[in-house]
Amino acid sequence: MDNAQKTGNGDVCPSKKGKLELAEVREKLSEARGPRYWRTLDELAQTPEFEEMLHREFPRHASEWTDTSSRRDFMKIMGASLALAGLSACTKQPLEAIVPYVKQPNNMVPGKPLFYATAMPLGAYGTGLLVESHEGRPTKIEGNPQHPSSLGGTDVFTQASVLGMYDPDRMQANSYIGETRSWPDVLNTLRGVARAAKTNGGAGIRVLSGATSSPSFAAQMQDFLKVYPGAKWYQWEAVNRDTLYAGMQIAFGQTVEPVYDFSKARIVLSLDGDFLSSGFPGFHKYARQFAQRRRPELKEEMLRFYAVESSPTNTSAKADHRIHVKASEVEGFARALTSELGIVQHWYGGEFHPEHKRFASALAKDLLKHKGEVIVIAGDAQTPATHALVASINAALGAVGKTVNYIEPIDANAGVPKVEQLKQLVAEMKSDKVEMLLLLDVNPLYDAPSDVDFLGAMNRVPLRINLGLYNDETAKYCHWQLNGTHYLEQWGDTRSFDGTVSFIQPLIAPLYNGHSASELIEFLTNQDEATSYALTQRYWKTKYSGSDFGAWWNRSLHDGFVMNSAAPVKTVSASPAQPPLQKMDTPGGIEIIFRRDATTYDGRFANNGWLQETPKPMTQVCWDNPLLMSVNTGKKLGIKTEDEVLVQLNGRQVKAAVWLTPGHPDDAVTLTLGYGREQAGRVGTGIGFNAYKLRTSDAMTFAGGVKLTKTGVHFGLASPQGHQSMEGRAIVRAATLEEFIKTPGFAHEMVEAPAEGLTMYKPYEYKDHKWGMAIDLNSCIGCKTCTVACQSENNIAVVGKEQVKRGRHMNWLRVDNYHEGTPDNPNTYFQPVPCQQCENAPCEIVCPVGATAHSSEGLNDMVYNRCVGTRYCSNNCPYKVRRFNFLLFSDFDTPQLKLQRNPDVSVRSRGVMEKCTYCVQRITHARINAEEQNRKVRDGEVLTACQQACPADAIVFGDLNDPESRVSKLKSMQRNYGLLEDLNTRPRTTYMAAVRNPNPELES
Amino acid sequence: MEHAPETKSSETMERLLPGQSPVLLPGHTLETITDKIVSIVLRRPVTLGWVGGFAFFFGLLNLMLLAMAWLFIRGTGIWGINVPVGWGFAIVNFVWWVGIGHAGTLISAILLLVKQGWRNSINRFAEAMTLFAVACAGVFPLIHTGRPWLAYWLFPYPNTMGVWPQFRSPLLWDVFAVSTYATISALFWFVGLLPDLATFRDAATNPVAKRIYGLLAMGWRGSARHWKRYESAYVLLAGLAAPLVLSVHTVVSFDFAISIIPGWHTTVFPPYFVAGAIYSGFAMVLVLAIPIRHFYGVQDMMTMRHLDNAAKVMLGTGLIVAYGYSMEAFYAYYSGSLYEWFVLKNRMMGPLAWSYWCLIIFNVLIPQVLWIRKVRLYPPALFCTSVVILFGMWLERFVIVVTSLHRDFLPSSWGMYVATKWDYMTYLGTLGLFFCAMFLFIRLMPMITIFEMRLLVPQSKLSEEAAHD
Repeated sequence: MDNAQKTGNGDVCPSKKGKLELAEVREKLSEARGPRYWRTLDELAQTPEFEEMLHREFPRHASEWTDTSSRRDFMKIMGASLALAGLSACTKQPLEAIVPYVKQPNNMVPGKPLFYATAMPLGAYGTGLLVESHEGRPTKIEGNPQHPSSLGGTDVFTQASVLGMYDPDRMQANSYIGETRSWPDVLNTLRGVARAAKTNGGAGIRVLSGATSSPSFAAQMQDFLKVYPGAKWYQWEAVNRDTLYAGMQIAFGQTVEPVYDFSKARIVLSLDGDFLSSGFPGFHKYARQFAQRRRPELKEEMLRFYAVESSPTNTSAKADHRIHVKASEVEGFARALTSELGIVQHWYGGEFHPEHKRFASALAKDLLKHKGEVIVIAGDAQTPATHALVASINAALGAVGKTVNYIEPIDANAGVPKVEQLKQLVAEMKSDKVEMLLLLDVNPLYDAPSDVDFLGAMNRVPLRINLGLYNDETAKYCHWQLNGTHYLEQWGDTRSFDGTVSFIQPLIAPLYNGHSASELIEFLTNQDEATSYALTQRYWKTKYSGSDFGAWWNRSLHDGFVMNSAAPVKTVSASPAQPPLQKMDTPGGIEIIFRRDATTYDGRFANNGWLQETPKPMTQVCWDNPLLMSVNTGKKLGIKTEDEVLVQLNGRQVKAAVWLTPGHPDDAVTLTLGYGREQAGRVGTGIGFNAYKLRTSDAMTFAGGVKLTKTGVHFGLASPQGHQSMEGRAIVRAATLEEFIKTPGFAHEMVEAPAEGLTMYKPYEYKDHKWGMAIDLNSCIGCKTCTVACQSENNIAVVGKEQVKRGRHMNWLRVDNYHEGTPDNPNTYFQPVPCQQCENAPCEIVCPVGATAHSSEGLNDMVYNRCVGTRYCSNNCPYKVRRFNFLLFSDFDTPQLKLQRNPDVSVRSRGVMEKCTYCVQRITHARINAEEQNRKVRDGEVLTACQQACPADAIVFGDLNDPESRVSKLKSMQRNYGLLEDLNTRPRTTYMAAVRNPNPELES
Repeated sequence: MEHAPETKSSETMERLLPGQSPVLLPGHTLETITDKIVSIVLRRPVTLGWVGGFAFFFGLLNLMLLAMAWLFIRGTGIWGINVPVGWGFAIVNFVWWVGIGHAGTLISAILLLVKQGWRNSINRFAEAMTLFAVACAGVFPLIHTGRPWLAYWLFPYPNTMGVWPQFRSPLLWDVFAVSTYATISALFWFVGLLPDLATFRDAATNPVAKRIYGLLAMGWRGSARHWKRYESAYVLLAGLAAPLVLSVHTVVSFDFAISIIPGWHTTVFPPYFVAGAIYSGFAMVLVLAIPIRHFYGVQDMMTMRHLDNAAKVMLGTGLIVAYGYSMEAFYAYYSGSLYEWFVLKNRMMGPLAWSYWCLIIFNVLIPQVLWIRKVRLYPPALFCTSVVILFGMWLERFVIVVTSLHRDFLPSSWGMYVATKWDYMTYLGTLGLFFCAMFLFIRLMPMITIFEMRLLVPQSKLSEEAAHD
């Protein structure tokens, strides 16, 4: 709330008018950035007033030092003098003045972070967040535990978005054909555009934006279209829900979207539905509910999960039973299941795989047994018919109204498919109907389907204006490149998957003086320079009917969401219409599947180093999007991992490196979107393979008839986990539910742990706290959010592809991924591995300088200053959780990145070992707070970064000395075991063994 | 060389009198010995061969300096190490060089104490070899750290931080073991040199050389009192050095044995490391002795008896090492430990299996030719076998360090190790350092102990007996 004034009318000091006032200098400088900065100064320096100001021995306001009321002005002048020193002396001096607050802003205590609620939109869907702010700098994204639609969970994209805001490759000024222009210049041009447009009702104006759910922005666009009735607003998202809405149209004759309630589910079937993967609308809540329903302690009540999946994801890895089919065969399966359930006889063609037949009939029995407690969920990449069939299955199984509900789409413009909108726009541009194209945060020249000639069409438009964060592939071809704002720099609103409205509250004034899309649209509509703050508030004032708007507004900002704003449930037809019967024959040849990428989404996060270095959940590959292929297909085609192949599809082609992936369907390949960017920035340009070059508007999610040719080139891929088999070791311990009920302590029967006290050294005593962590492997969905959260919290360096290939990635917390069983259909387990903080720590005794030592609260503290870098501790660590700065990995130079860092955590330099600290800075904060209040740290008061971020609530941290703490209770459960406990390291991070819940009928 | 007493070649002598042939060929008098050794340094002109050889190794040495400069600029990341393989060439080379040093101490100290007269002609350069090998070894612990400018923190010195080193760490024991070893070796070598330096001082004609040798001789006049003190000091130092032969490599082996990594955590390491050290040390002695004999015509002082004895020591220690390998394999099986068993399998069949099998061939199979007397008496064959053994012992350390680390407990963290050009440059560079020092030593110092050789002349035996009577 305190940020309300941040974006207000600047903080220009109200000083007296002199010959050349500071205010004026500041104003002139305010628009200048980079090289222009000096040019402006030079220009200024030529004026006599300026000369005087430079050469006067004492600045005019020097006498004000004694006057308390104007001391602040003096400080500002001193700051300016320092800045201007650059004119008289040619050496490069840092332009900064260190001045304490004269008047402390409310609530701000240097060193104590503040948390503000905001929300991050991704496509149309927003995620409610809390953002940690240190002295006005957002440093860390946290989940908002009060938010009803995220329940405090986050995902990799939200966690990494804070780095995106500080990205030094962002556009830093507005420009017109390569020339820097000030915002007033931009406004002048827009004023001209608006004047001209008003004469013809804006007939030539087209706006292309991303999908949005922002009520205020949608309303603004409606106003805009009212003022310019001839204008049109199109939306484009490369990763969209077109097929879902089309399916709903078939089933219900209206555009609705489903929301699920896993808390009541007993049987879940996913048809390519990756609801446990970052980026799926509702991911956070679903993951949390799913994990809760999967606790084996529920015994027979435990949820059972079936998956029919094409490209393997971490979602299908959690399934108790899964079959892998080509993406084109999922619809056939849905038809077969519909027939099996006796809804409509759909399956009448082709050979149904006997294994799939068995699966379908067992599944159908299980579903029918649990009517009203089932969820069938189809992925956004599936066909409209699949979605329609799923709707009818859910209806027939009594799920609607209980576990599945339908709501009005969140997307403000869901009616027309995104592909159609894009095609219409292109057609209009081609026929020269468009005079001005306004692109708002979209990048169609990169992510449009390859059969849509967006560039050719766009080049015919006389005036092209792009507003965005980057000078990207699209901005390059625009006349105007306007500097946009990141969601952490602007006001606004967005809606979560269930419709809950969240406010976007800025954490910082625009870093590069950008302007938001709403400000731009407002200026075009009303020639009004209103700020996004005013615009958001204006809209909600019209919507709010209660008495005290201010109180409501403050409350909503504080909470981060509007109470009870979830979309009302829509009543839909109880017997959804069936898609037309169709003979599903399996096409021969190889099929290509396009999916959003687990870390770059559709390519918008390509320049984010944290995300690039996050291994993909299933393959553990980072910095590339390899072409995924099953082991069998690879064998058949003579292709091995890291072979480069030429992928040809209907005359289009792209080269990609192969990664043989267990669990991938045969005769199919997957290429994720979001790579092969040509103008993403220093991080994202030129890495990976551009799937958009193969993707056409009629086959957005999969296409048959792919030809693969080996080029003979070996293309090295980087993966921090080289080996995904457990080699028969009891690393992830798992059992079936039946076994668990029979032997709850099964995890302990696998390996014998040595008796306690077997050590040469005196045991440590813990008088106060004794920290520990429990990680539930059954809950962990392998989404990697914890890894990114840890990177963000602990200032972990990004090392780049080459260094990852050499085995030097720096993640303190990794999520291991192990396959078990055959490569056709393996069981996959995820295991987050932070430092185990062993009681008998092998690292501690081998360090020659004592740089890693046991703390009084049981942590293995790492003393960076003392470390000389022998790496002995890492060699002797059986968990290999220690990370070494082989080179200077941290960026000590880029000023923006300095702002991003957590000031409570040292930035490590070259030659130093580092590792997970259990977020010791958070423990210390909590301890100080508790000591101030003369009490002990309460359970739940310290949340480690990984724990806070985890959508599935799989990580629990706390005090082991407190028998009532959550972690103590978990550790006393029988599923609890220590990793490699047979080595007598006595780890204090322990794991809860995984339990699967297979259908006995399918077990054999 | 006017008294060249080449009545019969040493090869013929050894063939005629197996195991009893003299360690000094007949024909020498006290004067000829002094004259021959002194003339190598003071009268022999610098040959083109020497210059060429020195220049070559000096080039290698500069390669190391280059590699180290880049290392200090960029960091240890220029090497192939990573997580899990935190130690690579640096530690392999360190252990290898320390091991080589052991033969020198063994020859000079232990053989002195057990009164093995045949050691007299080879002990001086073997000691020099020890010293230079330890110097080469000493480079690595320093430069392999992430922050070499802080490596002095490993020494227990009073400091304002109030922090001591962590005494439980084997790396710290290493610091003491190796620094003690370097000190004792240097002292031992220098004390042994004193009488000969005085001889050089007296024989030198060049006033500069005379002055330098004079300074180094520290006023040695050869008086009876000098000799008495010298003898007791030398035996004392030998007594101090003798346990080091066993202790230094034992401590070095603790770096591995104390850890919990399968493949490292092995109780057989101390004896097997010591045997391996002597094995490689004698190989290096032969690699040096055979060319020196040849190029400097000292076959009469370093006879076939020496070569034969050294070869026998190699054969013996080599068998101990082979026993060590077989025991490692046996323990892996017998321990019942999943991890140990995997390490063995991985060594034999994993991606680095080539290193293991090369090691077996080089260290176990090929050296068996030393059973054959003809091989032991044929210097070129002996030279080649020694080179093979040196390679093999380097590979042994590579196998221990790298193959144990690269696949340990959690398969998720398995990795590979590929050395970079900087690794190779540093290794070749230490070879340069070693041989440069060796070349200089041969040119500047008495490489054979004059006064001890003189004890081997029958003449001295006679006067000794006369004195006793």
